[in-house]
Amino acid sequence: MTSQGAGAATGGAGLPPLTTLPVGDHGLLIELPTSRDVEALHAELLRRAAAGTLPAVREMVPAARTVFLDGLADPSALAAELAGWRIPPPTTDDRPAVELPVHYDGPDLAEVAALWGMSADEVVRLHSGTTFRVAFCGFAPGFGYLTGLPAHLHVPRRENPRTRVPVGSVGLAGAYTGIYPRSSPGGWQLIGRTDAVLWDPRREPAALLAPGTPVRFVPADATVPTPRTAPSRPDRAPEEPAR
Amino acid sequence: MTDRALSVVRAGALTTVQDLGRPSHAHLGVPHSGALDGPAHRLANRLVGNPASAATLETTLTGCAVRLRTAATVAVTGAPCPVTVDGRPAPWGAPVHVPAGAVLEAGTATHGLRAYLAVAGGIDAEPVLGSRATDLLSGLGPAPLADGAVLPLGSPYGPPAAADAVPHAGPAAELVLPFLPGPRDDWFTATGLRTLAAGRFRVSAASNRIGLRTEGPSLERARDGELASEGMPLGALQVPPNGLPVLFLHDHPTTGGYPVVGVVPERWLAAAAQAVPGTPVRFARIGRRPERAARPR
Repeated sequence: MTSQGAGAATGGAGLPPLTTLPVGDHGLLIELPTSRDVEALHAELLRRAAAGTLPAVREMVPAARTVFLDGLADPSALAAELAGWRIPPPTTDDRPAVELPVHYDGPDLAEVAALWGMSADEVVRLHSGTTFRVAFCGFAPGFGYLTGLPAHLHVPRRENPRTRVPVGSVGLAGAYTGIYPRSSPGGWQLIGRTDAVLWDPRREPAALLAPGTPVRFVPADATVPTPRTAPSRPDRAPEEPAR
Repeated sequence: MTDRALSVVRAGALTTVQDLGRPSHAHLGVPHSGALDGPAHRLANRLVGNPASAATLETTLTGCAVRLRTAATVAVTGAPCPVTVDGRPAPWGAPVHVPAGAVLEAGTATHGLRAYLAVAGGIDAEPVLGSRATDLLSGLGPAPLADGAVLPLGSPYGPPAAADAVPHAGPAAELVLPFLPGPRDDWFTATGLRTLAAGRFRVSAASNRIGLRTEGPSLERARDGELASEGMPLGALQVPPNGLPVLFLHDHPTTGGYPVVGVVPERWLAAAAQAVPGTPVRFARIGRRPERAARPR
């Protein structure tokens, strides 16, 4: 199921080792060894919710190594039940990837090229040649933490976060690529920008990216420009993304 | 301009439109939002015949004043404060009839922090993801009130239920916050956990709708670094690197990378919403340290 060192020591087929932690009186945090296990469990939870066999939950929040469920009537009963679940490995997502046109002209492109040990053109080729997946959302409505880059291409956050990152900026930090859905402070390494509207509460769905969504970045100059709906871009900004 | 509206005469320090919030969107990074003092919001609505889901105005310390363009029944609950209609005293915590064109004012709270002003029919701001609540973290919902702003009102739902006694807990000299330990209490030393349970904390002036910040002794960590980002519950006691717990209120971020040492159940959060800066805070553990249920490999 997994290929990452100790994390590979999962149990039999469909049985990743998982730890459950109570959160308050109605929450449950389920911890898993790898992001792939999180993906598999999240998919299984969604399947069971759709089939009506999952107890009612108010929130289901996948993250880097956890899935958080809140609003459960009896978290301990679900925790006990989880131990017996068969969880199939995540299947390849056959949905077409959301394609985001990107102008690869970010202020940190040269810095990232240096960190990756290649030219800026090669960074663009590699980044736009990767199929990403939204591992989870957070920080701001519509902000997805996208995985897909191999570990040796993970980059640190900037030592000095910017006080203002423009809306649509495409950044890298740690294992993730992310797109700022609106202007905010931020410490991610910026390699480009997109005109795509990541978040529009008047649109259905409001968020272009939801957990599980496959994503590809397309160099904007290589695509026919596509008209987009007028963006809704609130200016108020919280803190920067955590990771 | 519609007749069913109110105009803002005095917005006060911070007045926002609030309802029951927009739950079930945390996986998209959308905070819960909604009234911080849920019971006070519900009571104000009940007094004017609104369902609990109707939007009210949530004031902060200094109240607000609004001019009604149409006659309407209103009620002010939450933090006790002087209520006037065109300058004449009117009751707090009771339905008040306000004639068209009159100014209803909720004055500075005599104690507590947040008052709720309900108008029959509710504040009819445009809903976003099913809620009219102002979310100060992510900027969803209507902007905070500004002097001169006009807010539409909905049509009254019908005569209010007869109100009898309106319960109100007196001012708390001390904010006691019961909490269930975990999920990340193991990131703190035994000393750090004792500090949480026995330390003398105060409500910090830096508190807001996102979180109630505290001043006091720092909780000692058992390990350094950050967690991988994980889902954050309402009522989380999140501990940033300065070691001072922050109680997550309704506009809290949906994920975070600092450890949550305990969680305050939702029913206690209304008291936190009414605690003014400087109020002593005591954290009271209810329940044992969590049992980690691990499925064997």
